[in-house]
Formats: sequence, structure tokens, C-alpha cells
Amino acid sequence: MSAVALSRARPATRRHRVALACGLAIVLAWAVVAALWPHLAPYDPELQDPAHRFLPPGPGHWLGTDQFGRDTFSRMLAGARPVLLVAPAATALAVVAGTLVGLAAGSRGGLVDEIVMRVLDAVVVFPAIIAAVLFVALAGRSVTVVVLVIAGSFVPIVAKSVRAATLVEREKAYVEAARLRGERALTLREILPNVLPTVLVEATSRFGDAIFAAATLSFLGLGQPPGSPDWGASVSDNRLWLQPAPWTVLAPALAIASLVVGIALAADALRGRWEAS
Amino acid sequence: MSTAGNTSGNIAGDTRESVSGIAGLAVEDLSVTYRTGRGEAAAVTGVSFRVAPGETYGIVGESGCGKTTLGRALGRHLPPEGAVTGGSVRLDGADVLELSPAALRAWRATSLAVVHQEAGGSLDPTMRVGAQLAEILRARGHGRAEARREVLRLLGRVLLPDPASIARRYPHQLSGGQQQRVVIAAALIGRPRLLVLDEPTTGLDATVEHEILELIGLVRAEIGAAVVLISHDLGLVARLCDRVGVLYAGRLVEEGRARDVLAAPAHPYTAALLAAVPRFGESRRDRELTAVPGRPPAPGDAPPGCAFAPRCALADDLCRRTPPPLEARGAGHVARCHHSARLPEPRLAGSPPALAPAGEPGPPLLEIGGLTRRYGRTAVVDDVDLTIGRGEVLGLVGESGSGKTTLARAVAGLGPRGSGTILLDGRPLPAAVGRRDGRARRRIQMIFQSPDASLNPSHTVRVILARALRSLRGRAAPEDLAASAGLDPHLLDTRPARLSGGQKQRVAIARAFAGEPDLVVCDEPVSALDVSVQAGVLRLLSERQRATGTSYLFISHDLAVVGYLADRVAVMYRGRIVEEGPAERVLRGPHHPYTSSLVAASLARFGEAPARPGQDPAGAPAAPVRATGCRYADRCPSRVDGLCDAEPPPLRTAGDRHRVRCHLDPRDLPRAPANAAPHPPRDEEEFSAPDP
Repeated sequence: MSAVALSRARPATRRHRVALACGLAIVLAWAVVAALWPHLAPYDPELQDPAHRFLPPGPGHWLGTDQFGRDTFSRMLAGARPVLLVAPAATALAVVAGTLVGLAAGSRGGLVDEIVMRVLDAVVVFPAIIAAVLFVALAGRSVTVVVLVIAGSFVPIVAKSVRAATLVEREKAYVEAARLRGERALTLREILPNVLPTVLVEATSRFGDAIFAAATLSFLGLGQPPGSPDWGASVSDNRLWLQPAPWTVLAPALAIASLVVGIALAADALRGRWEAS
Repeated sequence: MSTAGNTSGNIAGDTRESVSGIAGLAVEDLSVTYRTGRGEAAAVTGVSFRVAPGETYGIVGESGCGKTTLGRALGRHLPPEGAVTGGSVRLDGADVLELSPAALRAWRATSLAVVHQEAGGSLDPTMRVGAQLAEILRARGHGRAEARREVLRLLGRVLLPDPASIARRYPHQLSGGQQQRVVIAAALIGRPRLLVLDEPTTGLDATVEHEILELIGLVRAEIGAAVVLISHDLGLVARLCDRVGVLYAGRLVEEGRARDVLAAPAHPYTAALLAAVPRFGESRRDRELTAVPGRPPAPGDAPPGCAFAPRCALADDLCRRTPPPLEARGAGHVARCHHSARLPEPRLAGSPPALAPAGEPGPPLLEIGGLTRRYGRTAVVDDVDLTIGRGEVLGLVGESGSGKTTLARAVAGLGPRGSGTILLDGRPLPAAVGRRDGRARRRIQMIFQSPDASLNPSHTVRVILARALRSLRGRAAPEDLAASAGLDPHLLDTRPARLSGGQKQRVAIARAFAGEPDLVVCDEPVSALDVSVQAGVLRLLSERQRATGTSYLFISHDLAVVGYLADRVAVMYRGRIVEEGPAERVLRGPHHPYTSSLVAASLARFGEAPARPGQDPAGAPAAPVRATGCRYADRCPSRVDGLCDAEPPPLRTAGDRHRVRCHLDPRDLPRAPANAAPHPPRDEEEFSAPDP
């Protein structure tokens, strides 16, 4: 029977491998751009050139120029940095906090579980955008605030799926065997390794969401200030010129899309692998 | 043999009068391969057999020997990677393998019926069972009202009580046995010509299995189809089949009449499978079980020569070089072995080990008093008193739902809390494991039923054992611990996913023994294992017990297994202990009428005694516990009306240390049939108390 399972898994594995390679390539490419854009960009993204406003894509400016004559391509490259700073930080924070909360609630059960879950429900129903506006108003606009707001809105999602996985594992005989032996740190040593696949799936999914969230906040003017090359901010700044100069909006929009698709590809492939193994 | 083309367009009734004119199933030289990453792997090689209409043919072998693949090939239900690479499957003369897709569909609908393991899986959970059966009937052209009538008739035929109410239920509202009955009812629609039963009772407990086998025996005579029964369980095959084929590594290694094959196997593999099963009444004091060493080769990995040679005690160079041919060993009895003549008597293998007398005198190790455990409002364990002596193996039997697992878990400190006392060495133990101190925790360990769930999948065997050694203050090294459980040292650095079921259970046993426990609770430790593996695990449990003097609370639904290992046996029914006493006395009787029904089920498996049909009405276990009188009264054949259903039965002494909770006088209690009774105990003096 193992032969059956093996051969059935094979074509799927090959597909996963291709998807994983494509996804990782896209994400890595953007990571390199975020780190090295000063060396890669043909122009200074902030350099204004009123003589060459709204140039269409061409040999001089590959993706054209915007309302101030700034090079769209260079701005797109520079815009990768803020996104790739905020999104991974927010994701990491949300996943670590969510995992701890979910593990604690799931393995403790009872009243602790009940209270934690109701608090998380309250967080979930509070609109994230309003929360973001509130926090920016209170603490001022900064990367830290954006990271905290995004992370905070993701913690309940991560915590709930980790809790669900913990509840499944908690009932298994190996955990009972550990209880019979009086193991200490039972949750961390026995349960956590077996909910890690859930944690990793959550991490990849939330990473994609975090990119969108970061772009959304910048678009609303809550993240990066207007005028910065950040993708969300660029889409917002240029949306008035969508008809005469669509490239100014399309470039940052496609950048966001490509990064999110890359992450989704990699995430799906990883999930498929875990399920196959 | 080019008639196949002619008949491929014909279906159903027409195929019966085909050119070749052979009625029943004829499989000729059938081979099946699977496409794998490493190329083609042969799963079934050159298998030929015939099954006449009305005959039942059993296919036995361990898991991984190609049984299921063969069963699927008969109905052309192979998974996409599998392909028939040679041979033919003819039913009533028509070659099934040559049918066009449309003809195959029609053939399956009219001539084939398959009953799978896990009946629940083949029923649609969102449809009432009556509607599911009616759907099949409607597809065959029955009218709505006619289909409804027919459904009730079919459900009645598979002996389901109150068919009208069963038809209205959803699959999850039925017990496993009832689900299997519904699937059998579906299989009976349209009088199939070929009925394939793939492990039809695996996962059902002994009494339910017994009922299902009764039913299969009943319907097979009625429908006159060729029946193929696939199982790893020789006892089951022995009981139900006319002829048996033993499959090993995709080849038929022995074939013959069931009673010939089981009485005098001509292939060492068959002999080894037989020696691996404890018979009813056989104790570890009589015979050591012998496991079949190793595992069957994976498809495509069979060695040249005889595929069984690496695991065979008789193998020599000839076996390793030349595959043995299928040769006659008697009337209709063939085997594929070079050394059939040298085969030892199967039942005499293994000599009895020297055992210390069970249950040393002195204060008991564990005393359970008035223990009650509830799930919701129902008391699953109800006012149970039990003692376990030092170095004693107490066997606990009962059907599923009897509360035996809940009782065992309560001893270990798991499960719901409730009233009652548990004394360890006379000192009370807190009910919850979390409240027990380190010493008490270390003294009671547990081995769980499911080998897959009982080991942490993220840890290697070494880590699992090392963690147990640390928390249980064991002094051994992981290597020694593994060796004591018969585990290969190279397995230490593998994770559980790569281990077989038997190996996993050995790790679980090693882990339980890490800190020299006084009591190990064994919750059905072999129920999930193949018979060939079961023997090895039972033997290990017996060895560890002998070597360490640890007491066991050993739970099983299989009376033969419990009788093999236990010194004393307690029988549980619906939360109550109905009988308790020395193993031989409980098995031999006089015993409780419920114990008697368990004994009958166990004996019938080996064809050693006729089954007693009609004793346990199907579905009775799902009835609510009666408020007054004896809980077994509704199913009891010896019921005294007006007494058993009104007064709770007293606990009577039926002999030395043997107590039965029944209204009947011990003189009138049933006994096991004389020819099948356990061997009289060696030390007859010990049991010379006046036989009532």
C-alpha cells in the first residue's frame, strides 16, 4: 500500500517543487531589490525633473516618469524596502505571539481557554482600519506603530488555528503518556513540535496578508508618508493620473501583486509538501 | 481463449451462458504492477484460483502481501498507478478485464458486490441509510414505492431490528456493526454473481464480528454467488471459508480446503501465521507464541528464489536460488515450497517458559474500591471493585462500550473524575495524574492501543526513550532499553513514521518500562496489529513481565489473547464487573452467561464449536442501560423473568477466588464445551476446591 501512496504523491510533489522554486525566486528577487536598490536603480527615486513629467515607458525611463518627472522604475525598486521591512516584522511578531497564546489556551483548556478566546474574538470584531487610525492618531506615524497594528490584527487569527491544532494533539496518546511520566514543559517539548506545520502555514499566509496590509495602510496615509516611494503610497499618490499615465499606478500595483503571488506560490507548495509527508 | 472479445459487449445474465461455460470466478495467471518512482513494482504475480458459485474462498496474508490489490483487480477497481499486466479474470466465463468501459459499468452494477473494511466510509454521511439503499434500487429500475418496500425487506434480511427505524437513521446514528449490516444489505441488491469481502470485520469487536460473520454465512448460501473473503485473520477465514489461498509477496504460496490448510499447513508461512495466534484457552504457561520474523518484502523488492526465504527457518541455498513451483500436497492442496515435508508440527513450536506462580500471596499491589466514572450522566464505570496482586497479570475483557478502557485510564489517572478509591500499596492515590506525586506516577505506566498516536511523531526513538528515562528516573541507557524490547539499535535514530506498527508498540513498551514500574496498564496493545506482529508483541509483554515481576492490567476484547497472558480475568459488561477469577476457571466455566457468549464467539472463530446464533440480538448493545435488575437480562438466554429484570444480581462464589454476579446458582451456570475447554491447570491441587 505504501507503493500506492508513494506513486500518487509523486506528480504532486513535482508540481510543488516547481511552484516552490518560482515563488521563492520572486520573493528572493524582491528581497535583493529591497536591500540593494541604491545600486540597482538607474535614477534617484526622489529626483524631480519637471521637464520630463509623465513620460511614457521608453528607453530613457523604462517604466516612464510621474507627475514630478521622477523615474517610476527606480521608485518601484526603492518601494520594496519599506514593505519588506514592515511585513516580515509584523508577521514574525504576530506568529510568535499568536503561537504562544494559542498553545497556552489550547493546552490549558477550561476557563483560561474560554477567557483568552473571548478576548481574541473582541479583537477580531474591532475593524482593523479604525484601530490603525486610532493608534496612528495616538502614537504618531512610525514604522513601529504600523508593525504593531498589523501584528495585533493577525495575532487572533494565528492563535485560533494554533489552538485548534493544539486541541487535536493534546488528546493524543503520546501527550497522555508524557502526563503519566510527569514531564515538565510538556506543551513546549511535546506539543509544539507537532503544531509547527500549522505555525509555518500560518506564517506564510500571514506574510502575504501583511504585505497587503502594509500597502493598504500606506495607501490610506497611515504608514509611509505621501511622496515616499512606498508601493501603497505611490498607488495613492498617482491614482489621480490613472488615465493619462497608467504606468505610474500599474508599476507599484504589479510589484505588490507579484510579491504576494510569489509568497502564495511558496506557501501553497510548502503546505502541499507537509501534507504529502 | 480469444472468446473475451465476443462477450465484452454482453453483460449480466447473458454472460452466464458464455462460450467457455465455466460458472463462477476463474482467475488465471493474474499479475498486477504499480508504477512507482523507481519503476514498475509487481504487487501480484501469476495468481490463479477458482471459486464456484456458492463457494467461499479466503485470501489470507499479512498486510503488504497484495491481498487488497488482488481484491481490487477482481472488480477492476485498481488505483490509477496500478495496472493488470497479464492473465484473466473470468466471471461465469466472461473476461472482466476485456469489458469496455460501458460494459464494465453495467457488469459492476449487476454482477459485482464489494464490502470494504470500515463500513462507515462507504456510506454517505449526509443521507439516511434507507434513502441510500433506495437510490441503488431506483437506479436498477424499481419504482419509488417498490424500492421503499424492498429496502425494509433487505434491512430485515440482514437481521437489523426494526428496519423502519433503521432506514430513517443517518450512518453516524448506527453502530459499526449496524453500518456493516447496511453495507451487506446493499451488496445483496440484485443478487451479485461475485461478492468480494475485504476485511469485513476488522475494527469490530469480538461479539459484533461474530454476528457479522453469522450473517455473511447466512447470506452467502442464499445468493449462490462466488464469495472472495480477504483477511489477515486466519481464524476468521477458517471459520467462514470452504477453500483458502495464502498470499505472500503477491504470489499464492498455498491453496487448499480450509480445514486441510489449517490442520496441516504445507508452507512454512502458513504454519508461522498459525503459530502466531493464541488459541482459546491457551496460556503462556502452555506455549510461547512465535512471531513471524521480519516483514514481507515491498512490491518489487521480492528476492530471487522463494520470496519467503529470508524469514523462513527452513530456507537453504536452494530456496534462495530457485523459486519453488506450486506442487500438489494432497487432494486439492497445493503449496509453493521446496521443504513442505520438513515442516514441523505447527502447534508444537515454542516451549512453555518457566513461570513463577501467579499472584504472590501478600497484600495486593492495587485495590480499586467503589470506582465510578461518568461521561455526562451515564456511568461508564459503575461501582467497580478490583484488586491486582504483586506480579500478577489481570486480564480485563468486555465488548466495546463496556467501560474497560475508562476503568484502565482511571487507574492511570486519566479521564473524567468520579468517586471511589484507588489504593496503591494500601495508600490512596489521587484520581488525577496531575495530583499524584512523582513516585506514584513512576510506579504506574500505560501502553496505549493505537501505535500511531502513542509516540510523538516529531521525536526520534532515542529522544522518546531518553525523555522517558529522565522523567521516570530510569538508570538504563536508551540503547539497553531498546534492546530489552527487541528493537534494532539502528532504529534509535528514526522517527515513528518510519516504524511498523509492531515496532512502534515495542517502543511504547520500552518507554513504559523505562522507570521500573510496578503496574503497567495495557489498553488493547495488540488490537491494531496484524496477527503475525501481535505474537511478537504479546511475547515481549510476557517476557518483560517475567523479567521484572511487574503487574499488568491487560485489556482486550479478544478472550483468547486475554486468556493467553492473564493469571486472573475480570469480565466487564456495561460498566460492571460481572465475573472475576483465575483465568482457567473463568474461561472453562461455570461462568457468567455473558462470559459464555464471549467464549462462544472466540471458539467459533476457530471453527472449534458451532456458533450459537440468535443469542445476541443485533443492536441490543445500543439499548439504554436498564434501571433495575441485571444489565445483561435483555440479552441473556438463561434469564429468569420476574427476577433478573427486577433484582440486581448478587455476587456469588463459584469456586476458589472465582466470583460471578448472577442470579443463577453456580451449578446452573454455563460452561465452555468440554472439547474446547482450556487445558486443566497443571497444579490441579490449587483448584481442587469443590466444584459446585
